[in-house]
Amino acid sequence: MMEIFDIYLLEAMVNGILLGGLLALLALGLNLIFGVIDVTWICYAELVMIGMYGMYYLVQYFGLPYYAAAPITILLVAALGALLHLLVIAPLLSAPPINQLLATGGVLFVLQSVATVAFGIDFRNLGIRLPVLQFAEMHFSYSRLLAFAAALIGMVLVYLFMTRTYVGTAIRAISQDRQIMALMGVDTRRIYLITSALGGALAGLASCLLVLQYDIHPFVGLSFGPITFLICVLGGLGNFVGGFVAAFVFAEIISLGGLFSDLEWGYVLAFAFFIVMMFIRPAGLLARRS
Amino acid sequence: MLELNSVDAGYGTFQALFGVSLHVNTGEAVGVIGPNGAGKTTLMRVISGLIRPRAGAVSMEGCDVLKTPEHRIVGLGIAHVPENRRLFPRLTVEDNLKMGAFMPEARARYAERLAFVFDLFPRMKERRYQLAGTMSGGEQQMCAIGRALMSDPKLLLLDEPSAGLAPVVVQQVFELVRRIRSGGLTVLIVEQNVQQVLRVVDRAYLLEAGSIRSSGKSSEMLADDSIRQAYLGV
Repeated sequence: MMEIFDIYLLEAMVNGILLGGLLALLALGLNLIFGVIDVTWICYAELVMIGMYGMYYLVQYFGLPYYAAAPITILLVAALGALLHLLVIAPLLSAPPINQLLATGGVLFVLQSVATVAFGIDFRNLGIRLPVLQFAEMHFSYSRLLAFAAALIGMVLVYLFMTRTYVGTAIRAISQDRQIMALMGVDTRRIYLITSALGGALAGLASCLLVLQYDIHPFVGLSFGPITFLICVLGGLGNFVGGFVAAFVFAEIISLGGLFSDLEWGYVLAFAFFIVMMFIRPAGLLARRS
Repeated sequence: MLELNSVDAGYGTFQALFGVSLHVNTGEAVGVIGPNGAGKTTLMRVISGLIRPRAGAVSMEGCDVLKTPEHRIVGLGIAHVPENRRLFPRLTVEDNLKMGAFMPEARARYAERLAFVFDLFPRMKERRYQLAGTMSGGEQQMCAIGRALMSDPKLLLLDEPSAGLAPVVVQQVFELVRRIRSGGLTVLIVEQNVQQVLRVVDRAYLLEAGSIRSSGKSSEMLADDSIRQAYLGV
């Protein structure tokens, strides 16, 4: 017979894993862009926000079912990612990194402001309430279970793409030696564009899943954007496996910290952990020994 | 097959090549020898499109290399094994070879080319799932040459294949160049290891301070007094 506290602990741990899957998906998209193009999309979470509005309008205004709206949203945000690359990143590829950061930071404010003007500051939701799964006195919301499963499938698909296809192999190769890609017959501009679209598609998938758990407003990106950056830095920027591990570490700290006090304290603990880790392992959890 | 005409090239304000003209005929092996900093690597990079010359002409089988986008030059049949091998260290040997066959034409014949490279380098078959960066220098050189051969090139550019390798491995690399040649491939090789390379190639050019100083059959170059004194130490 389990103590009541153990049940809560177990429930918090499972919820941490569920949250970790979603955070890992977000981190993967950002890491992909950073690893391949060597640019940080500061506005990554705002792409997710736009995707959430996409879901909202497709479902609420056009009356599409959730499962039809999701692929459209993914394609839409993928196109947005490609557009962001063509309009903002491509002209700045040889510019100093600070200029690239400022430019994508500017896009963040533009997207937030455009969303405020276009959609207003009301909190909106899809109006879809998924039931709660009850299992051995523990409660798990279906929206989280679905998000976890879909995020995992998304990551497996990206893994297969990266390891089984020529373009995926080129994406992994390009971060290891940019200059000689032309000798392989690889057009780096095309790979950058494909990577940006893929990063956008991952943001699109994340927006389809987050929209089940969060209300939509122009500043919703702030609730998971900063944490995504911390995860990427903790895992080592551009390190896919590191980002995956760090996402689950962070999610468990948030979830278990929230169990012992408020959810906000979970975040405080996670950020404190991050600061300490930056002193212990500044290059990331799984930093390569050189 | 390959023709360079009065090529000037450099980096920024630094000019590395001054009016270099040379040609490589089909089926030949040609060497470019010269000291460090003579512009040998720059010459290779101009041919494979990694840098564009300021003046002059480069043509491959009648196609203007300078008008070909850099990622299409491998499609003209030019494969470049760069200086220091430049493998993708955190990809497996097989993924490195796969990158060599990235061109659509080469993808279609991937299995056939892979069998060819594994036949040439049985060691690569043993190590196909190993990360390229964890292999020895000689094995990495094999992998780099194998990667270039995956595109089924007509002309193989080898930039200092013996650099940084143990003497016994250097012997193996030159033996390998000889085998690749006998398969009918045209080879342009840049080397500081003058004595070794002149035994492998038919003709050679001497490049000094960015200009071609002399050229001739390798037997003539080996017999040339000034070359013997400057590069062979005899």
